[in-house]
Amino acid sequence: MKPTNQRAWFFVLPVLLCVAFSAILPLMTVVNYSVQDIISPTQKVFVGMEWFQAVLRDPDLHAALMRQLAFSATVLAIQIPLGVGVALIMPATGWRASLTLALIAMPLLVPWNVVGTVWQIFGRQDIGLLGHLLTRFGVDYNYAAHSTDAWLTVLLMDVWHWTPLVALLCYAGLRAIPDAYYQAARIDGASRWAIFRFIELPKLRGVLMIALLLRLMDSFMIYTEPFVLTGGGPGNATTFLSQYLTQKAVGQFDLGPAAAFSLVYFLIILLLCFVLYNAMRQADERGPPQ
Amino acid sequence: MARIELIDIAHSYALSPTEEQRSERTPWALHPMTLTWNDGGAYALLGPSGCGKTTLLNIISGLITPTCGKVLFDGQDVTHRDPRARNIAQVFQFPVIYDTMTVFDNLAFPLRNRRWRKSDIRSRVHEVAELLELTGDLPRQARGLTADAKQKISLGRGLVRPDVAAVLFDEPLTVIDPHLKWLLRRKLKQIHQQLKLSLIYVTHDQVEALTFADQVAVMTQGQVVQTGAPQQLFETPAHTFVGDFIGSPGMNFLPCELTDDAALVGEHRFAIDAAIVSRARAQGAPYKLGMRPEFIDCSNTPQPQSQHIAIRSIQSYGAHTMIAAQLGQHALWIKAREDIRLSTDSAWMRVTPEHVLLYANERLVKHEAH
Repeated sequence: MKPTNQRAWFFVLPVLLCVAFSAILPLMTVVNYSVQDIISPTQKVFVGMEWFQAVLRDPDLHAALMRQLAFSATVLAIQIPLGVGVALIMPATGWRASLTLALIAMPLLVPWNVVGTVWQIFGRQDIGLLGHLLTRFGVDYNYAAHSTDAWLTVLLMDVWHWTPLVALLCYAGLRAIPDAYYQAARIDGASRWAIFRFIELPKLRGVLMIALLLRLMDSFMIYTEPFVLTGGGPGNATTFLSQYLTQKAVGQFDLGPAAAFSLVYFLIILLLCFVLYNAMRQADERGPPQ
Repeated sequence: MARIELIDIAHSYALSPTEEQRSERTPWALHPMTLTWNDGGAYALLGPSGCGKTTLLNIISGLITPTCGKVLFDGQDVTHRDPRARNIAQVFQFPVIYDTMTVFDNLAFPLRNRRWRKSDIRSRVHEVAELLELTGDLPRQARGLTADAKQKISLGRGLVRPDVAAVLFDEPLTVIDPHLKWLLRRKLKQIHQQLKLSLIYVTHDQVEALTFADQVAVMTQGQVVQTGAPQQLFETPAHTFVGDFIGSPGMNFLPCELTDDAALVGEHRFAIDAAIVSRARAQGAPYKLGMRPEFIDCSNTPQPQSQHIAIRSIQSYGAHTMIAAQLGQHALWIKAREDIRLSTDSAWMRVTPEHVLLYANERLVKHEAH
């Protein structure tokens, strides 16, 4: 059908402008920065791919990327199964259900920097409950000094903060399964494990995909918690990608390399999500192996 | 296979099964009842939506524990056993399939859970698939199939265990295409004869119930109002509800007054045995005369014991003719042969006395006392 007038543009234009100013223009600016050496606001030199080459060869960035991959993988490996497990044992009806829902949702309402501060104090040896108790029982726990401790603390913090999201998504998915499935399974003599494996898990597939993508993207961009806890330390132990980026851009004002870096960063996240999404879509179409 | 007895069972969703106090205000989903189903029979539970059919079925299968009463399988009390221990198969209204499995695995699932040998599973699954014409679909993923095929899988899972106490069907053909409905119902009947399983079939569709079952229990508002063979339900409904629910259109019920040997509908007199009249009086008012539209004869000329009726409309349905008539102040339906020719305003109707039934307080007044 041929459009009879151009009035539709009036409806699209405001959104287009918003997107242009909030996403497209900043992104273009970043692209712009990434190929220039900015000496002063009036003095700029075109340098081509130089920053990209420098960034890709930067050993600190490689280290941060590896740390980041390890962190995200660990976070997903813990939070997804744990979230499913929590959703499975949450009560389905009555006041207990409402109460658990409210309790479970609570960490999600806490702002990132508060989460960081809470755990930073919680883990302190002198006044923190966790740090003090651990020291009392003879565990040498000090996140400011030992990189493992810092790592574990950030990990624990993230699990505490975000497992509820996975649990809530799965809980909603579980409630959407009609009763007849459970009844049929009881009639067919299925074990609890078989009910999970053949009814609940397949029905949670879509929800789990969303949870996985959300958690992957979010964990890949983690910044505030390690920043508040140790500022990326001790040493570089908890310096993840976004932290390294901020150090470059804001700390050292290396706008060119930082811009090149953020583009690479953006592409990495896009690529990971793309690969993951497609892998799951394909598995969905083929059906899981028997 | 087992003989299933329900003794004094009743169920209320408002009470937990341990509280056995019965009171006038108890919101019964199922009023106290006693029922027996014999081994190897084909039974139907017929009633409108919300009458308690599914509750009764779930009590038999063990998905629900009744508030009071006992469930016996072959004389053994199974009231507190779960469906698995009762060894029951049940097919639900909407297809339940295991999405991630093939059709074969779906059918094999109940057998695998009971640790059957692999070779036995294979031969049994093929046997059932053959019965339901699913053999070609066996290696396919179950979730890609049509609703019809999915429901066939559910039926297959219900039929795959040969040693079950009974197979329960909860309106299993709701989602099936009308033309396939006939085929599947015939198939179920055939399977029943071949495998000699006890089948209990819940439906709100009288045609389905009457063609499928040897014995039909008609339910309304949590009570079984009559159990009987299809012909019995049709010819001598024990309750006005049964008369109304079975048949299309249902039985005509005409409010009447009683004399010593007759029922009066306005000025029209229907002779009734004196013994029946006295039993009706004992049963209590209101009194109604019930006549099946199929048992009313019509003609243009008066005959002995015939009554004058006004004709309101005559409509041909191809195989038969429906006449909307009026006897005094009361409307009634008459189902006549297709080739009947009546004058358009009035006619004479006649019903043989054995087809004029008297109902007192909504229940049939029986011919001989028990």
